[in-house]
Amino acid sequence: MSRNLERELKQRLQQKKILLMTHLVAGYPSLAVNREVIRQMAEAGVDCIELQIPFSEPIADGPVILKANQQSLDQGITVEACFRLGQEMAAAFPQVRFLFMTYYNVVFKYGEDAFLRRTRDIGLNGTIVPDLPPDEGQSYLAGSRELGLAAVQFFTPTSSDERMRQVAAQGAGFVYCVARRGVTGRQTTFDHALDQYLARCRRATTLPLAVGFGIGSRGDVAMLAGQADMAVIGTATIKLVDAQGPAAVGPFIAGLLA
Amino acid sequence: MFQRKAISPDHFTNGIAMKKGYYGQWGGAFIPEVLHATFADLNRVYEQARNEASFWQEYVDLMGNYSCRPTPLTFAENLTRHFGGARIFIKREDLNHTGAHKANNVMGQGLLVRRMGKRRVIAETGAGQHGMATATMAARFGFACTIYMGEEDVARQRPNVFWMEKLGATVVPVTDGSRTLKDAMNEAFRDWVASMDDTHYVIGTVCGPHPFPEMVAWFQSIIGQEARQQILKQYGSLPARVYACVGGGSNALGIFQGFLDDPGVELIGVEAGGQGIATGRHAARMADGSGASPGVAQGYKSMFLQSPEGQMLDTHSIAAGLDYVGVSPILADLGDKGRVRFASATDREVIEALSLTMRTEGIIPAMESAHAFVQAFKEAPAMSSDQAIIINMSGRGDKDIFTIAHAFDDPSWKAFIVDRAKGYTIG
Repeated sequence: MSRNLERELKQRLQQKKILLMTHLVAGYPSLAVNREVIRQMAEAGVDCIELQIPFSEPIADGPVILKANQQSLDQGITVEACFRLGQEMAAAFPQVRFLFMTYYNVVFKYGEDAFLRRTRDIGLNGTIVPDLPPDEGQSYLAGSRELGLAAVQFFTPTSSDERMRQVAAQGAGFVYCVARRGVTGRQTTFDHALDQYLARCRRATTLPLAVGFGIGSRGDVAMLAGQADMAVIGTATIKLVDAQGPAAVGPFIAGLLA
Repeated sequence: MFQRKAISPDHFTNGIAMKKGYYGQWGGAFIPEVLHATFADLNRVYEQARNEASFWQEYVDLMGNYSCRPTPLTFAENLTRHFGGARIFIKREDLNHTGAHKANNVMGQGLLVRRMGKRRVIAETGAGQHGMATATMAARFGFACTIYMGEEDVARQRPNVFWMEKLGATVVPVTDGSRTLKDAMNEAFRDWVASMDDTHYVIGTVCGPHPFPEMVAWFQSIIGQEARQQILKQYGSLPARVYACVGGGSNALGIFQGFLDDPGVELIGVEAGGQGIATGRHAARMADGSGASPGVAQGYKSMFLQSPEGQMLDTHSIAAGLDYVGVSPILADLGDKGRVRFASATDREVIEALSLTMRTEGIIPAMESAHAFVQAFKEAPAMSSDQAIIINMSGRGDKDIFTIAHAFDDPSWKAFIVDRAKGYTIG
């Protein structure tokens, strides 16, 4: 049931000004809460969900997601349990496009080919692996293409125009545009530099642009509409669930789009 | 000083062109995209320096002026007599400024940082040696400095923290994960992905993404270059065996590089056996039965102590500097090729070897270094008196008095601490 994620996102953009991708860490605070959070996200109209398979050394993540990874592992989460959660959620919410986010060692230990086949077979649409640059991931990228999975690539403010073109040519689905330097969960200031950066991203690829890292308010999302195609909400929902429980997620997401 | 033995990927591939930064199947640069440009810049500056003979000379001069190089090769006459076998020589990296081989790499990277025009350095540290060395280098070169150190290591190495702070560094205790070296490394990476414009990450060992393994090995190769010349001069022929402890592997690769092209010289890496390999409380990755498996973490592919699903495990060693989940990709390859033999030493054996070395030679090895002594002492008696061995003494132990006194469970020391504590009130 492989789909063309890029084409689907572009179709959705004909109806919506901007799409939303949310994120959660599998097993944090529990699989039961994950299910409820995903239901809330799906019903609030989220387009894509990044389901993070925990890893003990998440070097690209900030303190909030790091702690979530650790706690989930301490509670005994397994890769198998993440696959089962992904399968169940993809079947329950067919309107949402699910992607796995994880670090390369998880894939490597499972076996690249086996990991990708299982990901496709359970109905997910792609993967985001922040420590696997295209320079190291040639077989992974080829395997993803063959199976119709989007191996999402990254643009960053430090990427040269040439590097952006190279990276985009290797990716699929959309490009994850990191809005600023640093790890997940820090504040982004939206200013003129961001406009210029996103314009540079747009020139480098025809893939949809997802903008992430530090977005958490309706103002942030409104500001991105027109410049980016999808806003990525990461740390904000984890903090919200920690503070107010899963029932707060639906109204929060709905509020972002209001 | 010659440069002939400096390591490069070509060295391990017998001329077969390989992807840059790979040693057999190990190595690579598994870095987030945000660091791509930073690594490109570092690679360029490093390659440029490497191709200039004058840079290496500048480095050798700096180490001679600032860090007591060349360090001596001491003939351990009493230990030799004690074991009645091979002639035992000790390469004295403990006599480097800051008391360990770590200074070699750090001062070399300092020269590169100056070339890159950056103003701030960050580093991870386990035992504190690399942090101390980096703080010292930063003071000397005039860089701002932040050291990431696992909370558990901060607790067990307070004297080193004290000195780092007095040298002007900011020490950040890392409270994530197992609160040891690997977690400090992760946190330093997190700093770097935001600060790379003006900051260089001084990785302390021959691990991490390319070019770090190769670059750190290059700076540490000064140990082996000196040791080879010294043993030829002092003893008249090459040693039969060279022993070094292996955490990440920087002191080991440093001395081994002097002898890689001498097939008659056996190279032995000694890992932390902790409470015994069978107990699972150890930090051995290459030694028999370690249970390590191939993996990718902290930016490189190598052997790691990890679960079948790839989650890194907690490691244990009496020596904080060996308490690490991964091992240099270069050493993993040399192990595959049979060029380096790996062994392990338990915490208990380390204390015995340390004790013997102090009483016999009046030399106090760091607990890390004492691992190499353990294996040499096991093998020396069965060797003949016309064979020589070199033990790389990567650092000195006397400045780790709190840790070593604790390991010896010394009653009068404990009484002293209790007594001194009475004189202090917090607040």
